[in-house]
Amino acid sequence: MKLKEKARVLDAEQIEKALMRMAHEVLENNRDVDKIAIVGIRTRGAILALRLAKKMEAIAKSDIPFGALDITLYRDDLTTVAEQPVVHKTEIDFDIHDKIIVLVDDVLYTGRTIRCALDALIDFGRPRSIQLAVLVDRGHRELPIRADYAGKNIPTSQKETVQVKVAESDGADEVVIAEREE
Amino acid sequence: MAVLWKKKDLLDLESLSTQEIEMILETTGSFKEISQRPIKKVPTLRGQTVVLFFFEPSTRTRTSFELAAKRMSADIVNIQTSSSSLTKGETLKDTARNIEAMKVNMIIMRHSSSGAPHLLARSVSPSIINAGDGSHEHPTQGLLDIFTIREHKKKIEGLNVSIIGDIAHSRVARSNIWGLTKLGANVTVCGPATLMPPEIEKLGVKVTYDIKEAIEGADVINMLRIQLERQGQSLFPSIRDYSMSFGLDADKMKIAKKDVLIMHPGPINRGVEITPEIADGPYSVILEQVTNGIAVRMAVLYLVSGVKERGE
Repeated sequence: MKLKEKARVLDAEQIEKALMRMAHEVLENNRDVDKIAIVGIRTRGAILALRLAKKMEAIAKSDIPFGALDITLYRDDLTTVAEQPVVHKTEIDFDIHDKIIVLVDDVLYTGRTIRCALDALIDFGRPRSIQLAVLVDRGHRELPIRADYAGKNIPTSQKETVQVKVAESDGADEVVIAEREE
Repeated sequence: MAVLWKKKDLLDLESLSTQEIEMILETTGSFKEISQRPIKKVPTLRGQTVVLFFFEPSTRTRTSFELAAKRMSADIVNIQTSSSSLTKGETLKDTARNIEAMKVNMIIMRHSSSGAPHLLARSVSPSIINAGDGSHEHPTQGLLDIFTIREHKKKIEGLNVSIIGDIAHSRVARSNIWGLTKLGANVTVCGPATLMPPEIEKLGVKVTYDIKEAIEGADVINMLRIQLERQGQSLFPSIRDYSMSFGLDADKMKIAKKDVLIMHPGPINRGVEITPEIADGPYSVILEQVTNGIAVRMAVLYLVSGVKERGE
C-alpha cells in the first residue's frame, strides 16, 4: 500500500505552539501540580509526552513524573492481525496511585488505542483521574472516548491517514495528511 | 527488528536463526516488567487454552510455564501422566489428537523421549512448545540462560562460556550450545569422559576433561546436575569422587575470573556439583535465571500464539 501526501497540516512551529498551549491548559485545569504525571503511548505519543512534561516542568517549576506505555499486549485485534506486533517496554517508574494522569498520544482516531491504554494504566494501580491529551483529533470514533486537550482538530475521511512525524524518530516535526493510492 | 516471527512451534534452538533467537531475547526484555507490577496480568492470551502435558517430574519449568500463561490471561489445563489415559494404553499421538479435538491453542510438553514434541508438531494443529525432550533440547532453558548472561554481560559474542557436568544426558547443555554458538560465544564443555557424548566437538565446542581448564578464563560457568535418573549404569565411581573432580567449590574458584557468572538450571544437588557457598555466593545468578524464565516463556507464548499456520 502506497501513501500519497496530500497536505501538511502542522509544521514544526505549530506543533511547538500546540504543545505549549496544552501544557498551560493542563496546569490551568489541575491545581494540584504535585499530583500530575504524564504517560505517553509508545512510540510517538511517548515522545510528545516527554516534550509536554518538560514544558510543564518549566512553567510550573516543579518535577512532573513521566512514563511510557506500550499497549501491544492490550490490543483487541491481536487475533486478527497477521503477525504479532513487536512488544516494547512499558516504563512507569512511579506509583500511579492517586495521581492525575495525563495520557498522551499523537493521533486520536477510533479510540481503540486509548481503550487499551486505559486498561493497561489501571493495571498499574488506581489513579485519581485520567485525562487525555492528543496532538491531532481526526474524528471517526468507534468508542465513547474524547480528548480533554487537543492540539488540532482535523476533519478527515476514512480513506486518509494522519501522519505525525517527530524529530526524535522521523528526523523532523510535521503533521501530514496522506491518502492511500489504489 | 525487521524480522517477523513465523514459527508456530518452539521445538529446539538448533532450528532457529540468530535473528529469531535475538527476537525472543528482545521480546523477553519487554515482558520482564510485567512480573514486577502489583497486578501481574495482561489480557493478551485471553480466551486461548494452553495444555501443560508433562510426562516427567518438574517443579520449576511447569510452574514457570503455568505462571507465564496465567500472567497473559490464558486458560490452563494440566495433564499428569499418572492420571492420564496413557496409562490405559493410549498412544501419545491419540492423546494429542483428542486434546486437539477439544480446541486448545497450545500444548507445552515435556517427555522422556527425544523428538516427542517434533512428532506432535507433525501430527496436530495446536502450537507445540518443547519443555524438555529426553536428552535432546530444553529450548526455553537455553533461552533464559542466554538472556540472563546478556543482562549481565551486555553481549554474548566473544564470551567464554563453560558448561560443566553431565553433558551426555543434558538437554540444557545442548540448547545452550546451539544458542550460544549461534550468537558467537566460545563454548567449552567439561565433564568425565563417560558423561561426554562422542563427537560433541562437531557442535563447535571445545572439550576438556579438566575442570581447571574450564574455570580459568571463563566469563560464565554453567553447572549441570548429575542426572542419576537417566543413567542405567554407573558412569563414575561414586558421587564423592565426582564431586572431588567436577564439583565447583571455593578452592577451585580461586582461579576463576573476578566477574564470572555462576549458573545452574536447577534442581541443585547441593554438595555434589556445586557447594552451597558457591550456589548462594556473590557470583551466583541462579535465582535470577528462575525469574527470567517466566519472562522468556511469556515471550515465547506471545510469539507463537500469533502464527496461525505452520509454514512448511
